[in-house]
Amino acid sequence: MADIATEQQILDGLAEIIDDIVGIDKSEVTPEKNFIDDLDIDSLSMVEIAVAAQDQFGVEIPDDELRNLKTVKDVVNFVQNHEAAAKS
Amino acid sequence: MTGGLRIPDAAAGARVLAFGDYRPARIVTNDELAETVDTNDEWIRSRVGIAERRIAGDDEGIVELGAHAGGKALAGSGLAPSDIDLVILATCSAESPMPGYAPQVAHRLGIDAPGAFDINAACAGFCYALATASAAVRAGSARNVLVVGSEKMSQWLDWTDRSTCIIFADGAGAAVVAASDSPGIGPVVWGSAGDKYDKIIIPTRHSFIQQEGQAVFRWATTAIAPVAVEACERAGIRPEDLAAIVPHQANLRIIEAIARKMKAKDAVVADDIVQSGNTSGASIPLALSRMIERGDVPSGAPALLVGFGAGLSYAAQVIQIP
Repeated sequence: MADIATEQQILDGLAEIIDDIVGIDKSEVTPEKNFIDDLDIDSLSMVEIAVAAQDQFGVEIPDDELRNLKTVKDVVNFVQNHEAAAKS
Repeated sequence: MTGGLRIPDAAAGARVLAFGDYRPARIVTNDELAETVDTNDEWIRSRVGIAERRIAGDDEGIVELGAHAGGKALAGSGLAPSDIDLVILATCSAESPMPGYAPQVAHRLGIDAPGAFDINAACAGFCYALATASAAVRAGSARNVLVVGSEKMSQWLDWTDRSTCIIFADGAGAAVVAASDSPGIGPVVWGSAGDKYDKIIIPTRHSFIQQEGQAVFRWATTAIAPVAVEACERAGIRPEDLAAIVPHQANLRIIEAIARKMKAKDAVVADDIVQSGNTSGASIPLALSRMIERGDVPSGAPALLVGFGAGLSYAAQVIQIP
């Protein structure tokens, strides 16, 4: 069974992706932050982030699901849950 | 009977002799749109990258737009109308499905009785038409081809739908393709995804353009860069050797994503969408004409063209700048 990324690893990876795509400093990306209200990330940037996250974590985040992921923690949890399912 | 039929001698290659463009006179700014739909300049610029677009007048249709651009390309090529024996017109926004518009554009330009037909590959239309023209010249089916992309998207827009009326616009671009000793139009890489037919669609004859923006954005920012890179490989050009990348002007953020993924550090990236909006099958020759006019790209340099859109259809090829 492949290694499952820890919550912290997913958070770090996600912060790096967000820094790459929208130029928000990694320190700003904390679990409780809301993408739209706190980080000012729009829906198109979210699609780019979701695609990059898929490349990095191997978890697809479809548009239907993406709509419901409001905070950084939502994405981390989604990746963690689906990563476990994909690799177990 | 033995040995099969006689066929024409093949040409070594085909190249573009000249490009031409036509932008309707009327400029519509974001502020003007914000007067009638709930949107604003900042939102449009940040999401789509458009500052203004051109909208054709009532007296300008596919034929008029296409003939303007075609006439300019023809003049730039140094050929006479009588030298053209094939006209291919790409459009997805024609007033009516019949007759085709290529014969009328040819007639307007004084091109006598050429082969003439329209193609519909939507926003990829120009790249499909250029590939078809190149193949026709190399196979000896035509000597000189006028390729036109002409779009009047405004006549298929719901001007109360803020998700589409801020994006699409009108215009035409054209190229003259001729035989050459060394190939100046590389192999086309083309394909489609018919399962996604409903992502960009005019569903019925009495409806307007509808688009699932997010799904199209995801597709365009992931599926298209590999197609563009493959077109470079097939032409024997490294992406870092490209002088220009001319993607269909769909959305500035899609354009930037494609360019970023291609890692072509020295290439000028077309951004004509800022002034011209999304003109579908006309956007690539419109953008390239302006880049050539401004001196952004030197003659003979390799440029990557990639079109993608409704169908979903896509196509890419490397050409040498005329």
